[in-house]
Amino acid sequence: MATDRIETFESALVGTADLHRTTSTEFRETIAETIDRPAVGLPLPFEDVSLADLPVDINPTTDAIESAATGVTPASLGIADYGTVTLDLSDDLGDLVSLLPRKHVSVLAASDLEPDMGAALRRLDSTIAENRSSHVLETGPSSTADLGTMVRGVHGPAEKAIVLLEDR
Amino acid sequence: MTRRDRAAELRTIMSEEGDAIRSNAQALTALSQYAVDSLPRYEQLREEARSIKEDAIDQLPALIEQVESAVDANGGTVHLAEDASEANQIIREVIRGRDAATVAKSKSMTTEELEVNHALERAGIDVWETDLGEFIVQEADEAPSHLVGPAMHKSAESIADLFNERFDPANPLEAEPNKLTEFAREQVKRRIHEADVGITGANFVAAETGTIALVTNEGNARLTTALTDTHIAVAGVEKLLPTVADLQPFLELIARAGVGQDLTSYVSLFTPPVETPTVAIQEEEPTEPDEREFHLVLVDNGRFEMREDDDLVEALYCIRCGACANFCPTFQSVGGHAFGGKTYTGGIAGAWEAGVHGHEHAEDVADLCTGCSRCVPRCPVKIDIPWLNAVVRDQVNQPTAGSPLDQLLEALPPELETSSPRSLALAHLDSLAEAASQAPDLANWAVQSETGKWALETVLNIDSRHPLPTFADERFTEWWGRQEPLPDPDIEVVLFPDLFTEFFRPERGKSAVRVLQTLGVGIQVPDPADTGRIALSEGMQAQARKRARGLLSALEPHLEGGRPIVFLEPSDLAMVQREYSRLVPGPDQETLAAASRWVMALVAERLDGNETAHEELPTPPEESITIHPHCQGRTIGTVSLTASALEEAGWRVEITDTECCGMAGSFGYKSEYAEVADDVADQLRSEIGTEQRVGVEGGSCAHVIDGFDTAVSHPIRLLDPES
Repeated sequence: MATDRIETFESALVGTADLHRTTSTEFRETIAETIDRPAVGLPLPFEDVSLADLPVDINPTTDAIESAATGVTPASLGIADYGTVTLDLSDDLGDLVSLLPRKHVSVLAASDLEPDMGAALRRLDSTIAENRSSHVLETGPSSTADLGTMVRGVHGPAEKAIVLLEDR
Repeated sequence: MTRRDRAAELRTIMSEEGDAIRSNAQALTALSQYAVDSLPRYEQLREEARSIKEDAIDQLPALIEQVESAVDANGGTVHLAEDASEANQIIREVIRGRDAATVAKSKSMTTEELEVNHALERAGIDVWETDLGEFIVQEADEAPSHLVGPAMHKSAESIADLFNERFDPANPLEAEPNKLTEFAREQVKRRIHEADVGITGANFVAAETGTIALVTNEGNARLTTALTDTHIAVAGVEKLLPTVADLQPFLELIARAGVGQDLTSYVSLFTPPVETPTVAIQEEEPTEPDEREFHLVLVDNGRFEMREDDDLVEALYCIRCGACANFCPTFQSVGGHAFGGKTYTGGIAGAWEAGVHGHEHAEDVADLCTGCSRCVPRCPVKIDIPWLNAVVRDQVNQPTAGSPLDQLLEALPPELETSSPRSLALAHLDSLAEAASQAPDLANWAVQSETGKWALETVLNIDSRHPLPTFADERFTEWWGRQEPLPDPDIEVVLFPDLFTEFFRPERGKSAVRVLQTLGVGIQVPDPADTGRIALSEGMQAQARKRARGLLSALEPHLEGGRPIVFLEPSDLAMVQREYSRLVPGPDQETLAAASRWVMALVAERLDGNETAHEELPTPPEESITIHPHCQGRTIGTVSLTASALEEAGWRVEITDTECCGMAGSFGYKSEYAEVADDVADQLRSEIGTEQRVGVEGGSCAHVIDGFDTAVSHPIRLLDPES
């Protein structure tokens, strides 16, 4: 599975978001390279992978979010066919950290990468049925074509990156 | 509005908005076609989507009950509104209940339908649109002109002018999309911060969990719900689906069909009330989670009545993707301000306006639908949009009591339901043509004379600038009557003498006979007949049905004998294969549909592997031939069959991209639509350029292209040994 699915994910992301493949040991280096400072973020749920001791404020005030250049959030699942990552809206500041800064970085575990929309929705269906939770499927940056041509970064980031933890 | 006024209105719209509309629509269609072609499971997903919607609408009362319990258990409230006035009252009361004065709104066509903004403003509540396109039309005080891109009728220049005028920025804005977006973003963000209540629509509502799905690109809907503590979602009852998992085919199709993206930037699946405190920017206190409120306003406003109508129910499956507007050749010329009613725009608007606002709002839309059917393969839920518009035209035509014509018609047989002499004339074209063909020279002279043209324009509102087709010297069946049957044919077929072939272009019938006989095909020719296509276009369904029954009856002996019915005119072939399944459903129609063949398909079959036949056909030229397929023919698949037949005979074939010639049977002759038809035809004219000869499948298209000073031939004529 792993390589095929990741390759599908990678092709789907061409033109929409930058993919940074990494491992738990190299994670810190990858994040440091990927973010534009100042950066804000949410705590990550992955084992032995953390934003602590990185230049990412994981307890940001709303002012800090407003003036940040990058927001970092965990993704609960990814969809290989589409280059999609999901954000769980269970965190107070999840929406703002992912929308307000100009660049958004999602951190995804390879084991959470689903092959297609059907698989992803079935998983979300169970989660939602059980928890009555809310989620956003994010594919690429915010955009509009209302002005005749594609413009990025309307009420959301203009730039999107995904950090894929291959050993998680 | 008089026909002259309508013509003037359309002319103005085309000149002011036409360029922006066409270039935006064409960008969308190119992207959409690409996105759809890249999806191998496209047809399968359409089937799934259609099936889910059919079931959901069928089970609607149960789904409503289910979503009520689910939302209630989540801590929110469901309100059922029977009509616009009730919906607006509910929304007002929720807002007042929160002591709120300002609302931030993300785009919702349902709220446009209900005129929510207007109702709230009358109650002293400020409403700010946050979707970029809606923000623009709100500032411009215009109506949205498209389901998905409300400002698609405006150029970047006009938007810059608008912003400069309304906001008077220190440095005037240029017509540069990125800068304009940045400016709008700041304005909108400020308004979202100031708002107390957020109103959104809902693309889909999952009944099981009370989850609403919002399909967006900008992020404004997310900010609106994150930053306000009261969320009101307004949705028509038809948005309900059973579960979140059921969203799958819709999510995979909606962005491809509508805007050419694989998926929009954001698909929000909210199961409100969301459990987080609102986030307050700039020193305000965030609201505690249990103070957040969620209200789902489910709206009827005519939908339940649509559900009871055997034809209009199909419109409820619509997911508001906008594809039927983008791909429509007429919409590309005139946009949604013309091809729209009170709220809705594009092909599907005919049924929707009739259902929620009343037939008087649907009439213009239904009339602008030419039946070309190019929207049909593009609808993600397989709605037969042209059929819906034919139904609406028919429903509109039930005579209005008291008009002078109505009084005249009272005396006539009931199938003559119409409200215009022109419709009557067109629907009985066969009888008129029969009379005229007794003296074709006289008839031709009459319609082409100045007096004749004046009479046609004044009495029948037929545009004098578009020459009518010329009556041939001799009818096709008269010529046929003198021909020898083929001795010893391999197979026997029925060649259907459609009206165009019979009265106006018998040479295509003659070529068909010669080619088919050369290929060993024996031919029988029944009496010429009208399939009812014209009556259906004129909103005379009963008349169309009568013709259909007549034709089924006349062809019965041939169908029983197992003979294929071969068509030269794609609009008639499409009629018996598609529309007849609605007009005269049943085993007879199915037999006819199965037996009906496009003439070039038969030719391809006969040529396949038959080397001797190849020698008896004319030598193909060196250069390739350009073929312009018929619009309805494209939908039923004549294109590849025409190409196969010609290629089999050694020709090289190019196919035009332009999907409609504008004439659409009788549409282009009508004085109020002649200029629209011309605008559509111009696209084809530019594509054909300086071609000397074009192979043209359909009679109307041949007539149009003839007018470009290009020689036209039905594809069958290209293979005629005698030409």
